[in-house]
Amino acid sequence: MRSRARIVLVMAALALAGAVALVWALAAGDMPIGLSEVFAALAGSEGMAGGIVRELRLPRAVATFVCGGLLATAGAVMQVLLRNPLADPYILGISGGAAVGALVALMLGAAAIWVDALAFAGALTAMLLVFGLAHGDGSWTQTRLLLTGVIVAAGCGAAVMLMLALASDTRVQSMLFWLMGDASGAARPWPGLAVLVLGLAAVMPFARDLNVLARGELNARALGVDVRRLRLGLYVLASLLTATAVTLIGSVGFVGLIVPHLVRLALGNDQRVLIPAAALAGGTLLTVADTAARTVIAPQQLPVGVLTALIGVPVFLFLLARHRR
Amino acid sequence: MSAPAGDSVPLLEADGLALRVGERWLCCEFSLNLAAGECLALLGPNGAGKTTLLHTLAGLRGPDVGQVRIGGRPYAAWPALEAARFRGLLPQQQPDHFAATVLETVLIGRHPHLGRWGWETGEDEAVVRRALADVGLQGFEARDVLTLSGGERQRVAIATLLAQAPRLFLLDEPLNHLDLHYQIATLELFRHIVRGGDRDGVRRGAVLVLHDINLAARYADHVILLDGRGGVVAGERDSVMRPELLSQAFGHPLRRFEHEGRVVFVPD
Repeated sequence: MRSRARIVLVMAALALAGAVALVWALAAGDMPIGLSEVFAALAGSEGMAGGIVRELRLPRAVATFVCGGLLATAGAVMQVLLRNPLADPYILGISGGAAVGALVALMLGAAAIWVDALAFAGALTAMLLVFGLAHGDGSWTQTRLLLTGVIVAAGCGAAVMLMLALASDTRVQSMLFWLMGDASGAARPWPGLAVLVLGLAAVMPFARDLNVLARGELNARALGVDVRRLRLGLYVLASLLTATAVTLIGSVGFVGLIVPHLVRLALGNDQRVLIPAAALAGGTLLTVADTAARTVIAPQQLPVGVLTALIGVPVFLFLLARHRR
Repeated sequence: MSAPAGDSVPLLEADGLALRVGERWLCCEFSLNLAAGECLALLGPNGAGKTTLLHTLAGLRGPDVGQVRIGGRPYAAWPALEAARFRGLLPQQQPDHFAATVLETVLIGRHPHLGRWGWETGEDEAVVRRALADVGLQGFEARDVLTLSGGERQRVAIATLLAQAPRLFLLDEPLNHLDLHYQIATLELFRHIVRGGDRDGVRRGAVLVLHDINLAARYADHVILLDGRGGVVAGERDSVMRPELLSQAFGHPLRRFEHEGRVVFVPD
């Protein structure tokens, strides 16, 4: 509950950083495009620059931004719900289910749209499986939910390994890229953006309830929070956000775990600030990482998941070390 | 905010209440009635069901038999946030997994007083600072709760409850981790508030789970004694706090002494 002015300032700075990251993503690449041309292209100019910006770079930039925002939001929510700093959006096995679905499609050489469709279906299946199994006698506990998620993820991991072992060499490359998070095929980012906006709009009214829940279930119930409905609703919502993210560009690691912690270290643990700030920071980080991934050793492209880890780990360790003092 | 019930309506009533965990009955049917201005102590050996009873009185679990009413209405008739402005609970354990300042933590207590989109105002912060001063934590506002000692954390939890400003306090072992000075200070504070000594002059009520029989004898108006085998004795302090009843409930012989007008129980 820092001063209001500071919060507004930080939010504005994050929004600005996000905008800069997006513009850089549109300008940088094999064929650098000047800023004025980028803005002209966004305004609808004809010509090659306009085509590249609008049809190649914009969908990819939006997809990475949205994916980062989705993962960071889902991670922040999961960490409070499970009251576990190690929780990330994948902890309930959602990315595992998505990976199985996507890899089946890739192994069969299906079209990109089928990869997305099966990834989303796999994520939803894993989510329903985890909630169904963890529900058991009607009173699911965090421990059981966590364990069920971990076990389902382990099962999916084995299935992924099996498919990698069986797939032909030509397909393994694209399967590995999907697993590490690969934005090069992201062509339809707009539904994801809608999910992000709607998801944030659904979470924000309950952000203070989440603050109360961070003080434990008993305290929250005594303070008038309907813990059961809040938990269930937010688990499902965070799972849907995660499923959307992995469908967009695969299971990118670290963003969902590290970004909420970065924001928490910088801004404190008030979810009303943390969640929107994490969405902006996650989007910015992933956009920057993806732009770097396709430019540093161009024309070769790195999987964006590798870059997020390379950027995220040292930043996180630095902040953690500084915080302890 | 709803108008607080007048002093004439009991803050807390239980009619023919009986609690069961699994197949075991924690207490047979009994009734209680707590008016504004009164303190009630829950006594009993480990595992007798004091916390379960307190949670039932807080409306966090339904009674297995009988009825619980606060302010004249059963919990089912209270919207959750309105109930949270009427009664507050101090849980036995305080979970802290994420770093947060003392000020942020205690501000959580203001939750039921804020709307869905409301942010804490300067007024809420003033309430919190007064609550912190009441538990001797002035100047601790910016400290991280994870760096506090056990007793300090317990006082942060008590301050959070004070910031909630309910009319009925339900305290589960409020003296946990507190040193002798703060044990007495905490009980004095709640007696002072219950008697109407708070700034608004409203008389309140408190139910306290206590382990210290002598502090219960000193601060309680009423006592409920659970014997851990399903037996319950409820009533005025002096009718319940008799050495033979206490000895039987705790399974250890106790002797009662009076010294300078104060009742003291000493284990044999």
